[in-house]
Amino acid sequence: MFSNFDFDVIVRSFGYLFLEGMTFTLLLTGLATLGGIALGTLLALMRLSSVPLLPAFAAGYVNLMRSLPLVLVIFWFYFLVPYIGAWLIGSSQPIAVGAFASALVTFTLFEAAYFSEIMRAGIQSISRGQVAAGYALGLTYPQVMANVVLPQAFRNMLPVLLTQTIILFQDTSLVYVISLTDFLGAAAKVAQRDGRLIEMYLFAAVVYFVISFAASYLVKRLQARTAIIR
Amino acid sequence: MNYNWNWGIFFEPSPEGVGTYLDTLLLGLRWTITTASLAWILALVLGLIVGVMRTLPSRTAQRFGGAYVELFRNIPFLVQLFLWYFVLPEVLPPDVGLWLKNLPNAAFWTTFVALGFYMSARVAEQLRAGLGSLPRGQKLAGIAIGLTTAQTYRYILLPMAFRIILPPLTSEFLNTIKNTSVALTIGLLELTARTRAMQEFSFQVFEAFTVATIMYLLVNILVTISMRLLERNVAVLGLTAGK
Repeated sequence: MFSNFDFDVIVRSFGYLFLEGMTFTLLLTGLATLGGIALGTLLALMRLSSVPLLPAFAAGYVNLMRSLPLVLVIFWFYFLVPYIGAWLIGSSQPIAVGAFASALVTFTLFEAAYFSEIMRAGIQSISRGQVAAGYALGLTYPQVMANVVLPQAFRNMLPVLLTQTIILFQDTSLVYVISLTDFLGAAAKVAQRDGRLIEMYLFAAVVYFVISFAASYLVKRLQARTAIIR
Repeated sequence: MNYNWNWGIFFEPSPEGVGTYLDTLLLGLRWTITTASLAWILALVLGLIVGVMRTLPSRTAQRFGGAYVELFRNIPFLVQLFLWYFVLPEVLPPDVGLWLKNLPNAAFWTTFVALGFYMSARVAEQLRAGLGSLPRGQKLAGIAIGLTTAQTYRYILLPMAFRIILPPLTSEFLNTIKNTSVALTIGLLELTARTRAMQEFSFQVFEAFTVATIMYLLVNILVTISMRLLERNVAVLGLTAGK
């Protein structure tokens, strides 16, 4: 069945696929995870705060992002980011924003909604007594959050946060729709240049599978270990 | 900021010649809903089979179910779509492959099958969790009163498990609708694809995306409300705490 296939194309394009494509994918995944968790935690704190309007704003943002397909959000920001940039620096013309920056903004803002739901669950998993104890010791709200609640919330939610990161890793393949060269984009470009669609797409599937499978296996082990400690 | 808003654009005829731009988007919405609904039915059927297999005593069935779920969960949907669309017709026997390629609405059928299989792994995982949350005694009671394994699942376990997993199934259905947009890469003219086309023809980027956003929000709200009603309708009184 594979007699007329040319798997050599993978070897020939190895450097392009991994040095350019996979680096882009992993960098985007890593930075968007960090940004998404930071912004997501902020959104979760807003959602749980007692300041008027903040919870409604956070809930609205999260629900909006979670109702939209990622592809549509990618297009939104692809066109919106130049205008936001122009507004930020006070320029009258939409400014040119690099493809990577645009994708990073998109994924950070989009995934923040999902990370915020995880962090909200994490914060709510900490008993109220701990917060009360913190205040009784004379700590301020930022101190209680930074020193008591958030470290434990992160710890409790670590497996879920990592699972979401694996989903994010798979989601980055969607930058294909704005023709960026992530791993899948690189594979697709080689596939079309050399007319080797089958080999390249099968190879891309195998690579994504191996990375995601290994990562979720590690998360499962981590989960088992943290479960024993408790 | 230099952007010329023109909301009247929606009532201008679209270059496709089938009506206004608004009609184009509504037609896209119909494709989104049709594709998502059919894929969801396939996902429920396959997910039911695989989810049950993962809870059967047979090791072979468990392993098959586990491998199935891992396979479909660990490859991005876009890559799976490409495999179904570009790779499958080539690795099948030539006449079958040719038939697949010449199928009318090939993008639609591919999306239906690909999305159905992709989501079925998620349905199977939810169902396994639902079945696992039932007390062991329920299965034993079924066997004790003389039901076969199939009858135990049909009359005791599955009705309870499906009630328990209705809320997560709602979000999986919403995911199915959202994932349909990925199919624009193989040329399915669903809502996001038509929004993109409208933006290219009319240059009214933000109007097009705003209306598509509102349409997705409305679909979301509608699905969420009807699933809540369904939940209330099928709820077993006094079963869960809280209500």
